[in-house]
Amino acid sequence: MTDGRPIELTTPFGAAQADALRAGDAVLLSGIIYTARDAAHARLAGLIAAHRSLPVDLRDQIVYYCGPTPARPGRPIGSAGPTTASRMDAYTPLLLETTGMRGMIGKGKRSAEVRAAMRQCHAVYFGAVEGTAALLGARVTQATVVAFSDLGPEAIHRLVVERFPLIVVNDTRGGDAYDDGRARYRRGDPDA
Amino acid sequence: MRTIAASDVTAAVRELCISVNHRMGEDMLAALRRALEIEESEIGRHVLERLLENARVAREQWYPICQDTGQAVIFVDLGQDVHVAGGDLEAAIDEGVRRGYRDGYLRPSVVEQPIDRVNTGDNTPAIVYTRVVPGDRIALGLLAKGAGCDNMSRLAMLTPSDGREGALRFVVRAISEAGPNPSPPLLVGVGMGGTFEQAALLSKRALLRTVGEPSPDPRLAAFEAELLGRINDLGIGPGGFGGRVTALAVHVESRATHIASLPVAVNLDCHSHRAGRAVL
Repeated sequence: MTDGRPIELTTPFGAAQADALRAGDAVLLSGIIYTARDAAHARLAGLIAAHRSLPVDLRDQIVYYCGPTPARPGRPIGSAGPTTASRMDAYTPLLLETTGMRGMIGKGKRSAEVRAAMRQCHAVYFGAVEGTAALLGARVTQATVVAFSDLGPEAIHRLVVERFPLIVVNDTRGGDAYDDGRARYRRGDPDA
Repeated sequence: MRTIAASDVTAAVRELCISVNHRMGEDMLAALRRALEIEESEIGRHVLERLLENARVAREQWYPICQDTGQAVIFVDLGQDVHVAGGDLEAAIDEGVRRGYRDGYLRPSVVEQPIDRVNTGDNTPAIVYTRVVPGDRIALGLLAKGAGCDNMSRLAMLTPSDGREGALRFVVRAISEAGPNPSPPLLVGVGMGGTFEQAALLSKRALLRTVGEPSPDPRLAAFEAELLGRINDLGIGPGGFGGRVTALAVHVESRATHIASLPVAVNLDCHSHRAGRAVL
């Protein structure tokens, strides 16, 4: 965003492509992503604990913390911005270690445990802006519920997205775009 | 005694649910434009521009402003000379929410109870606060309240020795700790005084005020201005990516309190603040 053109990236992608990203990079992400938020995470963690197979193969895929609005007729989806990622922190290290997923899209800070698991698993955390949910929804070309349909907006949706505008928040080396940005503009005593 | 049909309440609530979720208020748009004038951070300016673009697309193409279309929080000022006919007032409000969320393609975001967490499917029940006021009208104020920012809200039972500075520091710390999570730039509602629950309710009600309108009490207006300055010194910025504008406005409401108490509640609303009013 601050230095020229955003990086074009297509899912799925591997560890080497994740490692090349840096906190603060602007990315335009295309391809398939999977929505999952609170209730879907609880179910996925339950299946993993019970040694059962998961309804979706997440290897090298990106999970989007999103519960979209219902689609109006003729549209694949409604508005589709990110929800707060920290609510998924309790499940994320387990998911990273067992599914081989390559990253997440959400908003807000991640825990130290999640950031450590991301470094270990070469996974990246992208931030999106929740208040651009209409613009993000308009970049979804297909949406299909692929698991937990009884959860309604919390079901796992398979989305096909075109040039989803994201910022790399946490890279695979421990960089944090929120911390960097805030440090640049903070004035006076940080504890107020 | 004036008679108002319960079905008219339902129709008004339905309309409010749909309109606030698609049409950002002029006060909020003006606040975002003012933020764009003072924001120095390049990424912060980019986020603000996208928020304004999002509001335009939401209005013109009928996309909800945010996918979290909120739990409907409704403040009812019920004139004591009104007779609501043809149904129960709270049931009429819930029916308005049910129809508004269904007809507006808004997300059902309410679970029946907090442990088992089964979605009610129609975004009811609404959260309703009714007070009886003079007159023969019903005034409705609706907040489509997102949870990401509500979750970062805080309440402290401070005591008199904490004083003005203690209250200031508590509010600023709440926002500092929230960081990027509540989707800044924020609208900050502060409730001071009263009791534990009254402070919380005041902080919510403060969010209904026209964005950026100072308190009519000059002491509170000064308190609001000082809070806004200190919050914006945090550097969190639009979207949390760093910048000068972390809050668009601070609204403080205050009430009489006990000689031993200084309750302070902070209720946050995100950059997709959705509020509306109707009078019957």
